[in-house]
Amino acid sequence: MTTVTNGVNVQALLDARDALRGAPEAAQFTWRASARWNHGVHSTINVQSFFGLGQEQTHLEESVFEADHPEVFAATDKGITPIEYLIVGLASCLTAGVASVAENRGIQLRSVEATVEGAHDIRGILGADSDVRNGYNDIKVTFTIDADASRQEIEALVAQSQKRSAVFDALTNPTNVTVEVA
Amino acid sequence: MTGQTIERVTTVVIGAGHAGLAASKFLTDRSIDHVVLERGEVANSWRRERWDSLRLLTPNWQCSVPGLRYEGPDPDGYLTMTEIAEFIERFAKVSGAPVRTSTNVTRVRRAGDEYQVTTSDGEMRCRAVVIASGACNQPALPQFAAAVPVSVEQLTPFDYSDPGQLPDGGVLVVGASATGVQLAAELAQSGRPVTLSVGEHVRLPRTYRGRDILWWMDATGVWDERYDEVDDLTRARRLPSPQLVGTSERATLDMNALTEMGVGLVGRWAAVRDGRALFSGGLRNVFSLADLKMTRLLDTFDEWARAHGHDGEVGPPERFAPTRVPASGRLQLDLGSGEIAAIVWATGFRPDYGWLHVPVVDAKGQLRHDGGVVDSPGLYALGLPVLRRRKSTFIYGIEDDAREVIGHLAGYLAA
Repeated sequence: MTTVTNGVNVQALLDARDALRGAPEAAQFTWRASARWNHGVHSTINVQSFFGLGQEQTHLEESVFEADHPEVFAATDKGITPIEYLIVGLASCLTAGVASVAENRGIQLRSVEATVEGAHDIRGILGADSDVRNGYNDIKVTFTIDADASRQEIEALVAQSQKRSAVFDALTNPTNVTVEVA
Repeated sequence: MTGQTIERVTTVVIGAGHAGLAASKFLTDRSIDHVVLERGEVANSWRRERWDSLRLLTPNWQCSVPGLRYEGPDPDGYLTMTEIAEFIERFAKVSGAPVRTSTNVTRVRRAGDEYQVTTSDGEMRCRAVVIASGACNQPALPQFAAAVPVSVEQLTPFDYSDPGQLPDGGVLVVGASATGVQLAAELAQSGRPVTLSVGEHVRLPRTYRGRDILWWMDATGVWDERYDEVDDLTRARRLPSPQLVGTSERATLDMNALTEMGVGLVGRWAAVRDGRALFSGGLRNVFSLADLKMTRLLDTFDEWARAHGHDGEVGPPERFAPTRVPASGRLQLDLGSGEIAAIVWATGFRPDYGWLHVPVVDAKGQLRHDGGVVDSPGLYALGLPVLRRRKSTFIYGIEDDAREVIGHLAGYLAA
């Protein structure tokens, strides 16, 4: 097999899989984000710490995100809308999956682009029609991939990346959510 | 039982199905004294734990055990449950297996460097034990089955015999391996509205280029792939059974065939919330995965036929239509609305090792073994998925496994 250089350290992931198979406690991660309300529907979200491998961890740098609504919602548009953050997560998760699976399968990638469209009927959140749900009705992801591989191999990369995607799972399957006042 | 004598035998085989009887055949060939303990009668699971219409997935010409093969009039057909039970019964007779029926093993424990076997009939001591009690002793149900409203009747494949047994109304069949697709088809043909919940599955055509798909699996060597060559053995051992059915028409029973029968397809059942079944929205991808995997397999068959000069003997290469995704993919179903009168859980099976008081069962309830050599001296297993080869759980797959496992056992006794 020729050496591919997609930049994913697949060996480290495979080693982690073997190590964590016998140590499920160490595999328990907690991801965190904290939002602070600014004004109107604009808030600022900070992400830095998380828990995993049995201890507190931090990202190299803190990331700061602005969330707001667009002007057509009569808002200040100082950032993207919360539901857009969901498709940001989906696109990046699936793209990371494509790169990882390609590395593992010895497929050299030249370019990968994912376009995500989420169909959203806003009558739900406005309370205009109780039969309409609040969230997305349908999400479509389109990948354009240039790689040393057949179309069938590329389709298999994309299928496998969905199979192992945390965000794809979180969006397609129900998750228990607890919201409380501290 | 106190005061009763303890019977001594060199080897105890647990289970008189095809696996236990194959073990017995090779033990007899090596003159190793043994008994085969059977809780019911020979081929008990085939007689009592299968639905009425079931036939083997393997064609009759492939039906063979050490010293006996199918020689009936229909080599391309598939044995019924009565026929396979008769076949295994004949195997027991021909091989002269020392079977003790109606003898239930209630406990096996280590005693010094031997094993003590407690049965419904008394105590035994032996140097070696072969576990051939099967991989499908209990239906495996998801935890949320307990959250299904009591108004909905629930059945496992062990309870199910034929459609007439179910209440009138809609049926939700859960799981799309061989069991799930067969029961969904049968229930739809009985006139009931059927919804099938589909997770990851293995799609296969019944025939390919004019030959049974299992002919290809065998001829190309896929079925012979050894457990120590398989890329991800844990995954291979958990693989659901392929979407196949044995019918005289040799019909393919994939998702498209079920759609044409009017079966409604939904995603993997993920949870019950407020009396509603919630299904995964990832149905499209499980279809893609199965379609891609099937096409890759057929590609390897075509390559093999070309490379080995078989193109002239078989039909031209075929490609099958991608699995059609339902236009209105339902994500939830109100279990209290009356739409669903019964649920059939085709969510797999697991072995029962409750009687095995030797620490060789892992956290997931599976036996720790290396190709049937269990992690305790003198303890062996047969008839489990990909035990030594991909064909391990098929009737004709037992011969090679049993020969090798009993070879190891003989070496252990001689050491």
